[in-house]
Amino acid sequence: MPKTYKAIASQTLTGTETSVTFSSIPQTYTDLVFILNPIGTSSGANYLARFNSDTGANYDGIRLTANGSTVASARYTITGGIQIHDYLINGTSQVPVIICQIMNYSNTTTYKQLYARGNTASNWVQSSVGVWKSTSAITSVTFLSSSSNFQSGSSFSLYGIKAA
Amino acid sequence: MPLRTTYAGSSLRNLGFQAGIEIGDFEPIASQTLTGTQASVTFSSIPQNYKHLQLRVSARVNSGDSYQLLAQFNGDTATNYSWHYLFGNGSTVGVGNASNQSFASVGSHPGAGTTLANIFGVTICDILDYSNTNKYKTTRATSGGARNVLPAYVFIPSSNWRSTSGITSIYLYSEGGASFVEYSHFALYGIKG
Repeated sequence: MPKTYKAIASQTLTGTETSVTFSSIPQTYTDLVFILNPIGTSSGANYLARFNSDTGANYDGIRLTANGSTVASARYTITGGIQIHDYLINGTSQVPVIICQIMNYSNTTTYKQLYARGNTASNWVQSSVGVWKSTSAITSVTFLSSSSNFQSGSSFSLYGIKAA
Repeated sequence: MPLRTTYAGSSLRNLGFQAGIEIGDFEPIASQTLTGTQASVTFSSIPQNYKHLQLRVSARVNSGDSYQLLAQFNGDTATNYSWHYLFGNGSTVGVGNASNQSFASVGSHPGAGTTLANIFGVTICDILDYSNTNKYKTTRATSGGARNVLPAYVFIPSSNWRSTSGITSIYLYSEGGASFVEYSHFALYGIKG
């Protein structure tokens, strides 16, 4: 039986970058999974996923966060992307692990939902879900931050899952 | 056109396509994409040769705001289930639990009552050691659905089925008596270990 969960592309940065884009994503899978390990150059920034270069106000989402003393939930409507982690930390000592699941990314009938689970051991655990209000198939995904870059050593991996 | 990974800024590079590397033993068992409204979905005759199962669902129902995705295993409709959950609804956080229930809570989905059209939810539910005949079965799920309005939910449930039988069927339906709408997608995977 052909394998279902396939590594598509992966990259570890060797310099500072403002964003990372996976483009020309094959349309032959059912779901996409991104595993991210970004190292920020400054703290306090939102970390976003943007689809098909859409910078418009076409995203909506909510998050559930806990920081070791408090737990909270909030809605966000960030122009230009879905928030997948609330607070990027500067430096290599506090690097989040973020797993993003995008369901039915290639269909042209429904809006696209992303579920993200991110953890920074010294700061946050967060679960968030967001919608890109477009029926277009996702052909590219850009990861960026509202006010931070990614340091050398940041890693980004893409996997495809194919249903029966 | 092959997949490209590119970077903005001074280190712009086209890394080209990396051939897909098949990894692990994560195999599709069955999937269903609804072509009309349907009250339930069943996966039956589940092979017993995997170590774990993963259920991946993108669903919407035809009424209400948001509902739990419910499951019964092997046709067991007796009160042999218990569950607890944590949720955030965009403004508040809550928890819940129940014992001696007739269903497991395995995810969530938005309803068409006040949800923007074309929005479907996300559920990923793991069932560990599903074929083991020496232990009760536990599920762990992450789910949610941004609805473009509040309340919307991040919903994290875990359930227990008090049976040592291997899971051979999964019956899925919605809380609130709502039905799944067209384009709702349900997929079951087996994980070897």
